Amino acid sequence: MNTPVRKARAVPDGRRRFLKGCLGTVGAAVAAATASDRAAARETYQRPADALGLLYDATLCIGCKACVAACKRANDNPPEFSTTDKLWDTPLDTSGYTFNIIKMYRSGTMATKDDEENGYAFMKTSCMHCADPSCVSACPVTAMTKDATTGIVAYDPEACVGCRYCVVACPFGIPKYQYDSPTGQIGKCELCRHRYKDGHYSACAEVCPTGATLYGRTSDLLVEAKRRLALKPGSVTTYPRGNLSGGPDQSYEGKVGNYKQHVYGETEYGGTQVLKLSAVDFEKVGMPYLPPKSSASTSETIQHTLYGGLLMPFAVLGALTYVAKRNVHHEDDEAPPAEPPGREES
Amino acid sequence: MANSSLLRLEGDSRIAVASERLGMRRREFLQFCATLAASLGLPPGADAAVAEAVASKKRPSVIWLHFQECTGCSESMLRAEHPTLEKLILDVISLDYHETLFAAAGHQAEQARKKAMTENKGGYVLVVEGAIPTRDGGIYCKVGGQTAIELTRECAADAAAVIAIGSCASWGGMPATDPNPTGSSGVAAVLGKPVVTIPGCPPNPYNFLSTVVHFLAFGSLPPVDDLGRPKFAYSRLIHESCERRAHFDAGRFAVEFGDEGHRKGYCLYKLGCKGPETYANCPTILFGDAGAGTWPIGCGCPCFGCSEQGVGFSKPLHMLAKVKNVEPPQQYPRIVEEKGMGATLGSAAILAAVAGAAAGGTAMVARNLGLSHKAAEAERAKAASKRTETEA
Amino acid sequence: MSAQQHARPAPVGGSMFTATTLVCGILMAITATIIVVRLFFGLSSTTNVNDGYSWGIWVVVDVFIGSALACGGFCMALLVYVFNKGKYHPLVRPALLGSLFGYTFAGAAITFDLGRWWNFWHIFWPGYFNVNSVMFEVAACITLYIIVMWIEFSPVFLEKLGLRDARRKLEKSLFFFIALGCVLPMMHQASLGTMLVVMGDQVHPLWQTPIQPLIYLLSAIMLGYGVILFESCVAASAYRRQIELSLLNPMAKVMLGIIALFLVVRFTDVAVRGALPEAFRASHIALTFWVENLCLVATFLLIGTVEARRNPARLFLAGITVMLSGILLRLNGFLIAFDTGPGWSYFPSVPELLVTIGIFAAEVFGYIYITRRFPVLPREETHAQPAHS
Repeated sequence: MNTPVRKARAVPDGRRRFLKGCLGTVGAAVAAATASDRAAARETYQRPADALGLLYDATLCIGCKACVAACKRANDNPPEFSTTDKLWDTPLDTSGYTFNIIKMYRSGTMATKDDEENGYAFMKTSCMHCADPSCVSACPVTAMTKDATTGIVAYDPEACVGCRYCVVACPFGIPKYQYDSPTGQIGKCELCRHRYKDGHYSACAEVCPTGATLYGRTSDLLVEAKRRLALKPGSVTTYPRGNLSGGPDQSYEGKVGNYKQHVYGETEYGGTQVLKLSAVDFEKVGMPYLPPKSSASTSETIQHTLYGGLLMPFAVLGALTYVAKRNVHHEDDEAPPAEPPGREES
Repeated sequence: MANSSLLRLEGDSRIAVASERLGMRRREFLQFCATLAASLGLPPGADAAVAEAVASKKRPSVIWLHFQECTGCSESMLRAEHPTLEKLILDVISLDYHETLFAAAGHQAEQARKKAMTENKGGYVLVVEGAIPTRDGGIYCKVGGQTAIELTRECAADAAAVIAIGSCASWGGMPATDPNPTGSSGVAAVLGKPVVTIPGCPPNPYNFLSTVVHFLAFGSLPPVDDLGRPKFAYSRLIHESCERRAHFDAGRFAVEFGDEGHRKGYCLYKLGCKGPETYANCPTILFGDAGAGTWPIGCGCPCFGCSEQGVGFSKPLHMLAKVKNVEPPQQYPRIVEEKGMGATLGSAAILAAVAGAAAGGTAMVARNLGLSHKAAEAERAKAASKRTETEA
Repeated sequence: MSAQQHARPAPVGGSMFTATTLVCGILMAITATIIVVRLFFGLSSTTNVNDGYSWGIWVVVDVFIGSALACGGFCMALLVYVFNKGKYHPLVRPALLGSLFGYTFAGAAITFDLGRWWNFWHIFWPGYFNVNSVMFEVAACITLYIIVMWIEFSPVFLEKLGLRDARRKLEKSLFFFIALGCVLPMMHQASLGTMLVVMGDQVHPLWQTPIQPLIYLLSAIMLGYGVILFESCVAASAYRRQIELSLLNPMAKVMLGIIALFLVVRFTDVAVRGALPEAFRASHIALTFWVENLCLVATFLLIGTVEARRNPARLFLAGITVMLSGILLRLNGFLIAFDTGPGWSYFPSVPELLVTIGIFAAEVFGYIYITRRFPVLPREETHAQPAHS
């Protein structure tokens, strides 16, 4: 390039400053990063000791959808229609107005229940109440919170700004927004925490006629789930109903299903408080594979490494301010037009 | 002679005679025939055919055998009141042999059976009530020195139709309950061929009567399912037309006898109601013609599945039923449902227009810049040569 | 060449009523109408966003891509003030103006995409903060940055209004805002990438990586320079002005360096994570991955040599390929390679598209207005008359 003569003198100086600027900025960033790094690495959270949850056993589910109806009633949600006659509440999935739904796996002739080939099976879809929820990590304004004792992932519409990051972040696609309303909210299962004060528990488990949806402390539910997995398929066992960790005994005798040897939710993303048993492969009934390490922990580790205590931003800001103060000149703005240009190089 | 209108039959003299014979008013008789036709699920106009058949055809001879049973089926028949069944079994059909209702006894009775069999060879209806013991050569039930097996085979040989009434005759019923010491089994198993079965403990009399009248009116038995059950009565689960179904769908259940839900008439599923796995028309014609609302579920008692093999007498009362009617599952969302809007013509067109405009604009600007660049280059080349001249 | 000497900025002048501004005006009016409908009847009345794809083009294009395309300002500030490359000074104001509009309209766009926009102030209210949230960081930084940019740009208005005292006072502390104006966009442009991390396996492995912040930061910087190339060429072409070739040429070289660094980081990351085989599958995902990255390779082919960089047409096209790549990186991460679960589909609706177009039209309109009325673009000295196009 045809560099003008005036520049030639300025270049070494400029280059030195350039390097200084680089070094200063990078140095500050690295120093701050290492300082905050140790504190920032964030492990995947585990369930609180007294976490509450549900155990859904697909082999017990008869598809009566009483839980869907009860959930609507407990949460005061309107019906949603997917048929042309609009006679029945027939949502196709959870939504801003449907927090719980029973879906059906269908294969071939659908002859027998809980068969992967030529069979059918049910699957409940509702909030899993993760030990380390992505939605809580994602929410910018703490509208999604995880209770320290019960572990219930709750939503506060008063705080919510409606950015729907929770909708995008959730691996189960659970928080859903009410798009048809100018004042739409996020809708999701909160384990009927608003009914506890009246002595009630999760409506879905309360009405479930077979105990396919069982309420209780997740630790108890996990023991129960493992007990079932250890039983011989086809043998008879006692199945509890309603509230496993209290309340009247409603148990009954039933046949043991042909379980897949996996309690879904035991370790997924650090564990979920809603556990599931199924005779059909979990991915086939819409439960995604998730590693034991939560994505929230990865995200927060990155975030805290970079911005923990705002150390790094301030370090970089300080360095940049220092450099900028030396390099900012106002001559080109302040000088009268007649003055020779190019003074910033001196 | 086939008359399609019941109203036109009102003036028919045969009807008048028949209703008098049955001790009914004419209108009542026609109503009865219409009811029978309706419970058979027959099309309009068939009621007239039924009325004509009852009024004018020769009463079919019926031989009624009793084996391992409680006579509950017969008792239930006797309680039917529209019209009183004793009139019906004597006047609509010719009940030529029935151990409970017979005035005759002993050899006299057996004689009557043999006589009826010979007289109506190939034309009589054989009704079997009660299970048939098969163990040890069937010695656990004998009538007049003959085992139940022998009697059944003998009577069935020349029968126009065989009807097994009650669960015992249909598939063994209560006597066949584990461990089934006498080897009780149903009529079809003993005869080795399908028969019409009217299971229930006891079955509703109209299910039996409608079957017989169908035979009378049309000369054939009504369509049956693979277990020999008339489809008009047994094609639906009790659960499907249960009066408490709305409570089931809404998740309102009685949990204990006498609890709040039970008193409010909630669904009895949690108490072990077998409605969801029992095929019978109890919710529509109720139980035993005993009056309005009187059937087990209507009274707050869980259905016990009396008509269903493998349910009644074998599944404990408190045990939960297996819900059979998840099909057709049109209202269950699939695991994956298609949701959201794809591209529409309008949106795709707009996007294409934007892309096109962008590409066009890019091309135009690039061309302009290229042209001006060429011009500038040429100018610079000229200037450069000039400058070299001056500097030199 | 004259551009080495600082041409002082001056208004371009000319009429505001041109075909371009008229079209922009119409598009803006349509947009305003659609936004009113959205505010009264909810998002589904105008958009196709759903629970599978809750972020449609209003977020991904208007905000994520819009703000990335508005990185020219901080990239120039970085070059001029931090790395002391003063010769680029004439490019600062136009670049800053582009950024100002890009960000301001991105901020406006997110506001009416917000489901509960009246609560927006919660982002700045300590009781509501969630410092773990990437979105919090992005939202707070973007808002602060918009304010900082207006402060940075305010000398232009003060100059026009003749408020010399106020301007002098402001300029005493301007260095701080300039530094802040570099840190803030670096923070949130990096975090825009981190936003993908929490989505986990929903994002395709070719785009899901823990080093997202670095990739998005590098991408934002190269985009910034790409946009300056683009803007300078378009402004020159539209106003029939001289192109600051002597500035763009070395700047393009800086950009190539960043692109090279980006490509090394990008492919090393993909390879280390073992996701490279995904790029060789016969799928639209692999295709869009290659288009995204081959665009960058094309930049080298276009302006790899000094000679090639002297051709404004090539610089312009290079700007476009860099922009395309940056746009695709974000579009892929948030929409195309975002697998929310089976069954869901999304394609923007007509009103949705019209709003996005309208927002860009508003940016163009604003750019034209400010450059015509305020001293932003360098004064044309000898070579060309201020054209009245």
